Amino acid sequence: MKKTLMWIALAMVPAWSPVQADPAPTDGQSYLALTVPNIDVAEYHRPYVAVWLRNQDSGEIHNISVWYQLGRGGPAGKGGDDKGEQWLKDMRQWWRYSGRRLDMPVDGISGATRQPGDYQLALQSTLSTLAPGQYVLNVEAAREVGGREMLKIPFVLPVSKVAVLTAKGESELGEVALHLVP
Amino acid sequence: MKRVQFYFLAVLCLQLGLPLTANAHRAWFLPAATVLSGEAPWVTVDGAVSNDIFYTDHAPLRLNELQVLAPDGSAVEAQNPHTGKHRSSFDLQLTQEGTYKIAIASSGLRARWETADGKRGGWPGRGPNATNAPFEKAVPKDAKNLEVSYSSRRIETFITAGQPSTKVFTPTGQGLEMQPITHPNDLFAGEPAKFTFLIDGKPAAGTKVTLIVDGMRYRNSQNAIELTADDKGVVSVTWPEAGRYWLEAEYQDNKAKAPATTRQGGYVATLEVLPL
Repeated sequence: MKKTLMWIALAMVPAWSPVQADPAPTDGQSYLALTVPNIDVAEYHRPYVAVWLRNQDSGEIHNISVWYQLGRGGPAGKGGDDKGEQWLKDMRQWWRYSGRRLDMPVDGISGATRQPGDYQLALQSTLSTLAPGQYVLNVEAAREVGGREMLKIPFVLPVSKVAVLTAKGESELGEVALHLVP
Repeated sequence: MKRVQFYFLAVLCLQLGLPLTANAHRAWFLPAATVLSGEAPWVTVDGAVSNDIFYTDHAPLRLNELQVLAPDGSAVEAQNPHTGKHRSSFDLQLTQEGTYKIAIASSGLRARWETADGKRGGWPGRGPNATNAPFEKAVPKDAKNLEVSYSSRRIETFITAGQPSTKVFTPTGQGLEMQPITHPNDLFAGEPAKFTFLIDGKPAAGTKVTLIVDGMRYRNSQNAIELTADDKGVVSVTWPEAGRYWLEAEYQDNKAKAPATTRQGGYVATLEVLPL
């Protein structure tokens, strides 16, 4: 792993401060709304969550966001650690299709784990660069001493009309809503 | 079991340090994880010989001949090796990204015969008067019913840190080996997988393969999947469920190099299948 890159990413990712939600990036644009549910257990850890798109024709993967435990106290080797990367493989399908090929953290994709709540992820800039075709939005969550859940929402690019496609998690994920705007 | 076969098996077991009592005993490695992420992760591996798959109920797998190959093909030392009553274990730190192979392998000639006065003889020897003299000198000139076999046995498992790699699959060309078509650390329930079996580096057509998933104690049958390799030595399986699978392959033919007349290969691998 590139330690310097990690340090830069830590400095750049605003969500590093633990309770800050993403600013609503959604004015007339495509976005993903997702809920990290409240789970009432004695030992709660925030879930690792990966959001990515897969082109069903080419198999190409486009990462939107990966929330995991970033290094504590600075880069590894300078008082900090990257032990959180040890559990990235628990997001099994993300790890298989993308994670194991990446050098984490990845600027603009990596972020700290989030507390339960509603979040919005901007998609417009990503969707506008993608080739037309069949896609699947994947949201995969894995929680320490908890469970794993994966939701999929198929959609087509380019977007022809405004649409909201939803999927509902039963354990580790709440509602996921894909807001598509042409 | 035929006596001859049993004899070969017995000698083979001795060579490998395996217990002799019955062929129902199954040897295996069991890695704590096969797919790992993060910086230079550690993984611990058990090895045992047991009746029930992955329950340490009989004897340890001796680590004398243990080989660990790193993704670049170099040999790596196992850390903290321990051999107890029912199992051996050791640790590995996966400092390279890619696929590691853990193996124990042995091969060699075995012979049995009867002398002119009706005594049984065998090579390599067993017991207090055993001899490891060269094969030609060990066999008496007047030996009757001489049977010579070339046998090989190999026990393996695979562990991957980060992106899977394939260098460790390069066959040695000796004995029965598996050359994966589907990467053995990229197996998922409901998906098909293919593996090629090779005998002395050539496709081992007709290899008999048995797959048994873990958790035997909690079900009433072996639930074995039986497969036979095609002309190219290939077997295909679609994993019925996630879990750790014990794969055993057996091959036999009469195309051995002289002085052997038969050629036998045994192969075992532990494979982990993840849920989708």
